[in-house]
Amino acid sequence: MALPIYASPLQRAWYYGFRTICTLIFLFLIVPILVILPLSFNAEDFFTFTPEMLRFDPEGYSLKHYRDFFSNSDWQNAVVNSLRIAPMATFLSVSFGTLAAIGLSQPHVPFRRAIMAILISPMIVPLIISAAGMYFFYSRIGLQGTYWGVVMAHAALGIPFVIITVTATLVGFDNSLTRAAANMGAGPVRTFFRIQMPLILPGVISGGLFAFITSFDEVVVVLFVGSAGQKTLPWQMFTGLREQISPTILAVATILIAISIALLTVVELLRRRSERLRGMSPG
Amino acid sequence: MTATSHDDAFVVFDRVQKSYDGEILVVKDLNLQIAKGEFLTMLGPSGSGKTTCLMMLAGFETATSGDILLGGNPINNIPPHKRGIGMVFQNYALFPHMTVGENLAFPLEVRKMGKSEREAKVKRALDMVQMGEFAGRRPAQLSGGQQQRIALARALVFDAELVLMDEPLGALDKQLREHMQFEIKHIHENLGITVVYVTHDQSEALTMSDRIAVFNDGVIQQLAPPEDLYERPENSFCAQFIGENNTLMGTVESVTDGVAAITLDDGAKVRGLAVNCGGPGSRTTMSLRPERVYVGGEEGLVTTEAEVKELIYLGDHIRCRMHVHGNDEFVVKVPNAAGHKHLQVGEKTLISWETADCRALDA
Repeated sequence: MALPIYASPLQRAWYYGFRTICTLIFLFLIVPILVILPLSFNAEDFFTFTPEMLRFDPEGYSLKHYRDFFSNSDWQNAVVNSLRIAPMATFLSVSFGTLAAIGLSQPHVPFRRAIMAILISPMIVPLIISAAGMYFFYSRIGLQGTYWGVVMAHAALGIPFVIITVTATLVGFDNSLTRAAANMGAGPVRTFFRIQMPLILPGVISGGLFAFITSFDEVVVVLFVGSAGQKTLPWQMFTGLREQISPTILAVATILIAISIALLTVVELLRRRSERLRGMSPG
Repeated sequence: MTATSHDDAFVVFDRVQKSYDGEILVVKDLNLQIAKGEFLTMLGPSGSGKTTCLMMLAGFETATSGDILLGGNPINNIPPHKRGIGMVFQNYALFPHMTVGENLAFPLEVRKMGKSEREAKVKRALDMVQMGEFAGRRPAQLSGGQQQRIALARALVFDAELVLMDEPLGALDKQLREHMQFEIKHIHENLGITVVYVTHDQSEALTMSDRIAVFNDGVIQQLAPPEDLYERPENSFCAQFIGENNTLMGTVESVTDGVAAITLDDGAKVRGLAVNCGGPGSRTTMSLRPERVYVGGEEGLVTTEAEVKELIYLGDHIRCRMHVHGNDEFVVKVPNAAGHKHLQVGEKTLISWETADCRALDA
């Protein structure tokens, strides 16, 4: 969008001001992440750039923190725990969130708005409050410190994302399609899996991705609800920062960033593909 | 082909009522028998209850009271997916993530039909609507008319005996719509299926139907073959809704041998066929088709005065708007025939009509 020749001084000022603000925002968001990448290859156990590194001396760089990450049993346990918890939490979030979104999009459901607000609330209520509440509740019913406790807590945090993305996709969903399927003899279950599900899949995938990342990055709730047996990657990073101050954490962060970028790319490609397949609405 | 009793009727609506909110009846006491092989059209303005009736037949709405029978069996408690009724939806409702072939195969898959049989049926249905080469396309790659054909083929592919159509041609342009009307009519004749067709387009209803049920305000106003409906409307709503119509308001003086003597609101006295006008003293609407009015007085006809207000030249005929007994919108179609009188705006002239063409209806 080029500046038109007739732009007033105010428009000119805004034109450049807007670009400056955008640049600053990106700078503050991305630079902290970018700084981590080279630091994770530090040959010393410091969190700062050594003179060797600044001279681009190969001596200043090493993979020792990565080796530490892959050989240290604490980190490996954390990875295994995260990979056991996040997918199961995502599965539960996606299943329940999708069903809730479909149910709440039916016009005849009573108290839709109230139910929706309650389901969305984990996203709005400060995490520490949810976490404390879950801790007391789960302790009473014996879920505190168990695998399923953490999975359920994370699923509750992920459900709002799924509900929001799936509800957004359902807005464009043509209800006469389900009627047409019923008319042709398909029962409700078949109609759901053959007609409705493929068409709202982009929303389900996006929601699932958010739910996965929520669980994978979450530290507050797992500190309350989990026990040593459920020490996840973020928890290990948190203790690592507090207790040992080892740059291994930078290596972990770099790996996580790479995984996040890869995951986002794959999911976005998948989502675009299914959006194309759905061909948007006919007519 | 019209069903006269419950016994030989294929579809029966028996005292069906429908209310969405428990207070206002959208459909009031519907009684309708449809014969096997009949093409019945439900015609009416929007909000008249015609689509609700179709949805009740398809099973997407439940009747508040009354019975709906299909082939002699009540279907009120059968869910839509077990009714085996084909349907063409207003917006086609093609599955956008499936190809045309997969769309057509879907109802056959549901019926657990083998692959080769499925393919044969899909091909036959596509050929029937002349879309044989389009099996591999997706709905979004087709034009509106093509999508309409696919929707039609999909409703026919599983050999349903009853096919419902909910304003299927509404989104097409005029030429294509007229072409599709003939095509649907031919398919109906060739396959011998029963069709219940919903539309608000009266010319569509007139060209395609065996019988037309005119809906207004949740009630069938008249149920008749197209000719009867146009030429012998039974009430003023049908007369107004189907075709062009002139109305004159008046009061019945007397009724003798089916002919009503009527005093119009400006004092003029005319005669008309007593159809639905009540006894002496009751208000009536006289209904008269524009093509049944002649310019000039003639022996034996009802003759009255008129003043020409506007002339519109339409080639084969001239549309003449006249002032007749207090009605400024009285239209006469004057044929553009050799030796016919040329009217001028502002001219006073005599017009006349057959007593039988002027129908005294309810006010």
